[in-house]
Amino acid sequence: MSAGQSNSTRRPDGAALVIAVILAAISIIIFWQTSQMRVPPIQQRVGPTVFPYIVATGLGLLAVGTLISALRNGFPARSKDDFGPIAWIVGGLVAQILLLSTAGFAVATGVLFAFTAKGFGRGPLWQTIPIGVVFSFIVWFIFARGLQLSLPMGPVERFIVTGSF
Amino acid sequence: MNTFELLGQGLIAAMQVQNLIYALIGVTLGTAVGVLPGIGPALTVALLLPVTYNLDPAGSLIMFAGIYYGGMYGGSTTSILLNTPGESASIVTALEGNKMARQGRGGPALATAAIGSFVAGLIATLGLAFIAPFVVKFALSFGPADYFALMILAFITVSAAFGDSPLRGLTALFIGLGLGIIGIDQQTGQTRLAFGVLDLLDGIEVTTLAVALFAIGETIKTATDPDQIKAEVMAIKGSVWMTLEDWKRSWASWLRGTFIGFPIGAMPAGGADIASFLSYSAEKSFAKKPEEFGHGAIEGVAGPEAANNASAAGTLVPLLTLGLPTTATAAIMLAGFQQFGLQPGPLLFANNAGLVWSLIASLLIANFMLLVLNLPLIGLWVKLLTIPKPWLYAGILVFATLGTLGANGAMSMGFGSVRISFELVLLLAFGVLGYLLRRFGYPIAPVVVGLILGPMAEQQLRRALSISQGDPAVLFHSPISLVLYAVAIIAVGLPMIMRWRGKGAVLGQLASDED
Repeated sequence: MSAGQSNSTRRPDGAALVIAVILAAISIIIFWQTSQMRVPPIQQRVGPTVFPYIVATGLGLLAVGTLISALRNGFPARSKDDFGPIAWIVGGLVAQILLLSTAGFAVATGVLFAFTAKGFGRGPLWQTIPIGVVFSFIVWFIFARGLQLSLPMGPVERFIVTGSF
Repeated sequence: MNTFELLGQGLIAAMQVQNLIYALIGVTLGTAVGVLPGIGPALTVALLLPVTYNLDPAGSLIMFAGIYYGGMYGGSTTSILLNTPGESASIVTALEGNKMARQGRGGPALATAAIGSFVAGLIATLGLAFIAPFVVKFALSFGPADYFALMILAFITVSAAFGDSPLRGLTALFIGLGLGIIGIDQQTGQTRLAFGVLDLLDGIEVTTLAVALFAIGETIKTATDPDQIKAEVMAIKGSVWMTLEDWKRSWASWLRGTFIGFPIGAMPAGGADIASFLSYSAEKSFAKKPEEFGHGAIEGVAGPEAANNASAAGTLVPLLTLGLPTTATAAIMLAGFQQFGLQPGPLLFANNAGLVWSLIASLLIANFMLLVLNLPLIGLWVKLLTIPKPWLYAGILVFATLGTLGANGAMSMGFGSVRISFELVLLLAFGVLGYLLRRFGYPIAPVVVGLILGPMAEQQLRRALSISQGDPAVLFHSPISLVLYAVAIIAVGLPMIMRWRGKGAVLGQLASDED
């Protein structure tokens, strides 16, 4: 951790500058959205807009603080992250979201399982997807049947539970 | 009725078979998730909330508290044998514990951790039982302005007082506060920051946020960090039992750890990680053989492990008596109470005395269960550490999405014939946020605490302001609130002075991170 270390010879931290901009943007959005609210005069001073304005002000100040911190390289050193695994894991989650309503819980979550394992370097997918589907089906069975959790059904679940698609 | 009678009645309720089973499930799950790296008590309780929706409130809450306690026990096992803490409060334990394991003294290290946790858990739970009624009596005199001051204090201690950067801590907190605004305002029914999205009208679920930040953020972070994927497990060699000398060196450390940990947890001064770190420094200065520190000193395991358990119990004091969560796990437990229509605070002790006292009493029983689970059965838990990381994290994501769908499985979005669960989209978005927060050194707990405590703070603020017809001076009228603000200022100021005097590295270690 290199907290508080200011080294003017290094370049400003680009990613930290982006964070400052995002914080400022969120602050502006909250200000703008809150100012659009129609509030009866009696609620002007104590109504639903007070707290959002406080939060937006805080975020604005923090954006300034982050900007200063970025210029002085106040952020902890970061290791070079490998972006491959991120793509696999996020891809797995997106695939699950898209597949869930049609393919059902077991298949969609099986794909998520396999993609995540792939992100950690375990493959190949033609082996891990079936493992994931079987595992997810068992989990589905325990939670949907045993604990009455409402989880999306697909052809696989319907076939195994009722015997028809 | 006095505390003894209430506690006695609680014990009778806690001894019912049903409650014993809930406690056993809780401590077993808690130990397991404490042992497993990448999954902690906060995440586990968040995932279990939808499952317990239809169950008995008292039983569920007993289970949650069991998970919290169990997580503190289990975390030490991972620290000692893997040198990767299973939960953040055990970071310090890894310093000496892993060295002991490398010298073939892993057994005594695990034993002193387990027995120390037991001693601390027992004393601290009794402390909770006897202090809570006083806090409740005191809290009944609190007005809205005092509550608001109390929440400001909690915000400050959770976000800015510890960790290596108050700026990043506060930023994390304000992200949580901002998320807390989203949805219909409880008092006027006005919609705020929903951007026309119907799913946002009910606000952001604390559990969705917590599961995303902890499970998905942590999974992505671990996957991108090659060092964390390969770590070796130390086998336990030699005797598990402590020698007479080990006992002699441990007992005072356990007690010191307890008396450091409990007040820190109870005083909203931050989480168990801070307590264990302070205990470690205390042990170092009390040690008869300080030269052994860094090379496997048993005091350095005994003290911090006692401290983190004591502080977990201490955290329940503000949670139960004031409704004030000061750690991520406590925040999720608060969501658990709310799920059953219960609001922790002084009135809970009046209206649901039976439930509160059986919860406290079950914690005493849970401690005995944990001692058994963690000493004779330690070999079982060590096996968990051999689960390969790809399967472990893939499994974590399966359960993370399962829990989220279980809480809200509505397929309310979509295009064409493909229907999409909005809650899972949120989960993904917050998961990426969790990864970015970790990558840039932002603490996670303040986001979760901000989301759940923000709306409560707003409510108290507006109550106070409407009494004074909008005059903010009302916030500083009562002596209680003035004292609380003073403590908050000290909580920020003191660390800043320490940082300025070149002790920043020490504070960086205290980062209030996970649970």
